[in-house]
Order: sequence, then C-alpha cells, then structure tokens
Amino acid sequence: MQEFKPKIVAFYCSNCASSAASISNKLNLFLPENIKLINVPCTGRIEILHLLKAFENGADMVYVVGCQEDSCQYINGILKLKNRVAYLKNMLEQMGIEPQRLEVFSLYAGKGQDFVNVANEMLTKAKELGPIY
Amino acid sequence: MIVAEAKPIKEILEMIDGFNKILVVGCKGCVTVCNVGGAKEVAILASAIRIAKKKKGKDVEVGEITLERQCDPEYIEELRNIVQNYEAIVSLACGVGPQFISERYPEIRVFPGVNTRFMGGAIEHGVWAERCAGCGQCVIHYFGGMCPIARCSKSLMNGPCGGSNHGKCEVSPEIDCIWDKIVRKMMAQGRLDELLKIRPPKSWLTARDGGPRKMVREELVK
Ligand code: SF4
Ligand code: SF4
Repeated sequence: MQEFKPKIVAFYCSNCASSAASISNKLNLFLPENIKLINVPCTGRIEILHLLKAFENGADMVYVVGCQEDSCQYINGILKLKNRVAYLKNMLEQMGIEPQRLEVFSLYAGKGQDFVNVANEMLTKAKELGPIY
Repeated sequence: MIVAEAKPIKEILEMIDGFNKILVVGCKGCVTVCNVGGAKEVAILASAIRIAKKKKGKDVEVGEITLERQCDPEYIEELRNIVQNYEAIVSLACGVGPQFISERYPEIRVFPGVNTRFMGGAIEHGVWAERCAGCGQCVIHYFGGMCPIARCSKSLMNGPCGGSNHGKCEVSPEIDCIWDKIVRKMMAQGRLDELLKIRPPKSWLTARDGGPRKMVREELVK
C-alpha cells in the first residue's frame, strides 16, 4: 500500500504567528512537507467558508495559528476565529468528518519551536485519522 | 425583518439523502441581513454538502444561486431555465421562499434550509429579538411605542401581571417584562394616567386566528 501523505493547510496571521514562523526559519527548524501555508493579515479575517473550501479541495487537515487571545493586533480577531472554529467543528461532526481535522492554536511571537511543534502535532494526528475521503 | 436561523446541517443532509443534483437557493432580503441565507451562507451550505457527500463516496453536483427575493414571482421566475438541471432545491429563504418556489415548479422537490423564527431586529451584532407578532391592528402607540402582543409572554393588553419581578418576566429571567418597560416609559413621558384606561380584549380576526391571511390593494391590482 502506498504511504499516506496527508495534505495539510495552515493559515497563519501576519503578527505573532508570522514572527514565530520567521524565528523557526532562523533556527533552521523545518516544517514537515505537504503543509501549505497561507498568510492572512489577521486570523479574524478567516471565515467558515475559507476553512470549508480547504477541506472541499482535498485538505486532510486544516489549522490556524494566531496570536494569544490578549495580544491580537486587531483587538479580538483570534477570539472571533475561535468561535467560528468551534461552530465549524460542530458542523463537521454532523457531516461525518472528524472535528479533530480542524484546529486553532495561539502562539507567542518569539516561539519559533512552537510553530514547528503544532505542525508536527497536526501531521501526527493526520496519520492517525487517515485520509479525509 | 424576518429573522431565521440555519437548520442543523445534519437535518439538511438527511432531507437530501438520495439526491445527487442539488441547487441551493439564497435570498438577498431579510435572510441576508440576518446572516443565514445570503450568497455567503449559500456557498457555505453548498460546500458542506459537497464535503459530506464526497465523504460518503457520492458524486454530487451542487449549484449555488442567490435571488433578489424569494417572495416575488418575478425573481422566482429566474430559476426557470435552471431547475431542470437539478433533482432537489434547498431554499435558504424564510418559509415563504421555498413555498413560492415549489408552487412555481411543482415537479421539483423543495426543502427548507432554515427555521423561520420571528419578526424582529438585531439588538447587537449576532443577537436578534422579536418585536412584532403581525396582529394586523397595530396598537403600540398606547403602550409607549412597545408591543405587548409580541413582547409580553401573555400578550396582556392591561399589564403587568403579578409575575413581573424587578423588570423580568416570570416566564424566564432571560425575558424582560415589557410591561415594566411600558410603565416606566409612560411615567417618563408623563403619560402614566393613559394606562388607567382599560383596553378591551383585542379582536384577533386580523391576526392568524382569523385563518390564513390575504391582502388585496385594489389601487395596485392590474
Ligand atoms: S401591535 Fe400588532 S402589529 Fe403592532 S407591533 Fe404588536 S403585533 Fe405587531
Ligand atoms: S411578567 Fe411582564 S412580560 Fe411576563 S407575562 Fe407578566 S406582564 Fe407579561
């Protein structure tokens, strides 16, 4: 049997998550392959439809990395996103899709290692769950 | 506006189980404003249906269209050359929309994608409250501009009842006692004496109790 290579889509904001990402780069920490990164100005801009479209187009896992709840540049973007993620997880479950395929993480700006850790966490989970379709 | 809320996706998927060509129809009226049936929600539902069907190994075609309104025949007519490509329609309009569509296109199965809740407005972003029960004979000017029909749990015309408790209704602490508000507003306007006038029982003939309603305006009829 062919080895399952999960397709993972990661949205990340231009602020905390982005700086964590660039630090991880400087530390020469590499993200697992097959992760497609999408940079957004603020996680509050990510709507349910953006997340759904990723799944519709074949992503096995979708996750968002943003700021800590009290340090969003735009006041409460990450909180809005977290509400949407909770709503969509419930929807996914009703649709017969494991809600663990969708996650959101709050990172500290300086934590490059965490940026890589969450990616690995999602990859491990993807392998446990298997292909979405 | 007419306020509606999305039906659980599970319920919609059960309705359309067995159909593989589905058209999701939105409405640019009230349901767009209350974020439940506009173009965006049409896209979300269509995507969710595609994902859920694909998960079940089914090949589906899900179309998306959002009409100006679903409560006027001329806009329903815009579906004329599209409906034959589908086996089922999910309407995201209030209960009027799917009925207008199924009256116009009796050959196709039509399903409601939302639950129509009430006539009201947004009191803050994401929160809606009922304001009118469509009684057909508006009387809010007697009550400080507030409707005791829609907003008092007992639709009292001569309130409050004995259950009014620190501004809350005895039915639930979540419900404001509208009669408390009416009395306070009438006091503030120096019109409290007007509330001493006994309001006779309302005739419900103009409300739903008089049977399904229809309105004809001769000056508009062609
Ligand atoms: S009195 Fe009747 S028409 Fe007026 S707001 Fe109340 S229910 Fe609606
Ligand atoms: S407590 Fe107030 S709102 Fe509730 S039923 Fe009595 S008068 Fe109406």
